[in-house]
Amino acid sequence: MKGTVAALLRKELALELRTRESVPAMVMFAVTTYVIFHFSLGDIGGARAVLDGDLAAGVLWVTLLFASILGINRLFVADHEQGGFDGFLLAPVDRTSLLVAKAISLLAFLCLVELIAVPAFGLLLLGPSLWQALPELLLVLLAADIGIAVIGTLVAALAIQTRARDLMVPLLALPMLVPVVLGASRATAPLFAQGGAAALPGDWLSLLALYDLLFGLIAYAVFDFLLED
Amino acid sequence: MSTTEPAVQLRGAGRRYGERAALRDVTLDLAAGQTLVVFGPNGAGKTTLLRMLATLLRPHAGEVRVLGHKLPDDGYAVRGRIGFLGHDALLYRELTGRENLRFHARLHRADPARVDEVLEVVGMRSRAEDPVAELSRGMVQRLAVARAVLHGPELLLLDEPFANLDPAAIAQVEPLIGRASGCTRVLTSHDPAGGLPGADVALGLKGGRVALLAPAAEVRAEQIAELYA
Repeated sequence: MKGTVAALLRKELALELRTRESVPAMVMFAVTTYVIFHFSLGDIGGARAVLDGDLAAGVLWVTLLFASILGINRLFVADHEQGGFDGFLLAPVDRTSLLVAKAISLLAFLCLVELIAVPAFGLLLLGPSLWQALPELLLVLLAADIGIAVIGTLVAALAIQTRARDLMVPLLALPMLVPVVLGASRATAPLFAQGGAAALPGDWLSLLALYDLLFGLIAYAVFDFLLED
Repeated sequence: MSTTEPAVQLRGAGRRYGERAALRDVTLDLAAGQTLVVFGPNGAGKTTLLRMLATLLRPHAGEVRVLGHKLPDDGYAVRGRIGFLGHDALLYRELTGRENLRFHARLHRADPARVDEVLEVVGMRSRAEDPVAELSRGMVQRLAVARAVLHGPELLLLDEPFANLDPAAIAQVEPLIGRASGCTRVLTSHDPAGGLPGADVALGLKGGRVALLAPAAEVRAEQIAELYA
């Protein structure tokens, strides 16, 4: 299975490098949203409006969630339109390798997006310094990204079989991702506290990890059936 | 598979798309090394038959055995032994010909050296570094032939394999997918003059039903023409 996942990942990376369809669109969406927030919040008492705590965490995660929907929507498009599904199904390989490869590639895309979007958020909107709790923030980002990648891959594989793919992805993914955004926001909020980052709430991080594990198992169990005729 | 067992065995095989029966009650045997040519107007069920034999579609009625294995239960056992050439090339347009073939070679665990070998035979080595999107339809079809035989399949399922190919290209791909390949072949055609001479058995489909099944040497062009009337 490792060899198949590596082959699929290499193909995913090559396709994204050639087409630049997913990551640039996700980055543009996230950064533009932060810019819109920056200007629409305006000045408060003559000073630039800045966010902290719960509100900052909410704005960060809701924006990242909507940006990820763009990537989820594109995840299987090339395979569906160019016969990649059939090519894969004709090979004597474990079909779960496609789930693993797609989830890893979506995870990598999310990490790339956050590499630009999170500093932009820090610069444009965040009051406290982003650096004050960076290691903990990276941990939350990783836990949430894994959840988004697994659920996103599952939803994308389901939606690609339907005619209304663009509609199905947000309709299916957003409710399933509510616990991820909730857990990530609650875990992030203390890190963005004014006057210094508080400790990372372990219970919310545990919830995220548990949700990741749960959906990892569900995806592993049902993915084969999604590819079946 | 025992030496006496047919390479392809259908017993009352059928397939529906929703309520519409695309293929009904097809019964035939094809011995190893033989060629079956399938004729029939558009919508007769030719492509459905091929996709069913390729494990891409589940049979909804009857029994289908390929290379001694019952489908769909033993699909995994036959996938790597089938070479499928359908209407779609199953190649990613943004990747080069070589990248596409390498990808399929990895999925099928085929010798990487085989990529250059088949590119040479189909006369595409000089254009192997060009993205598939920049190639003519004939060139894409030659690459699709190379993709289908990359892993040295025993059974070739060929849906109008010579479409888009000029006479020189047909001669080039002949050793790979023609009678000289030594493979068991199931191919579809609309041309009795081109399809019958290289075949052992002829099957005529009309409205998803068997309208003609006879040794190819005994079939006259007028019988094929009647299928299209």
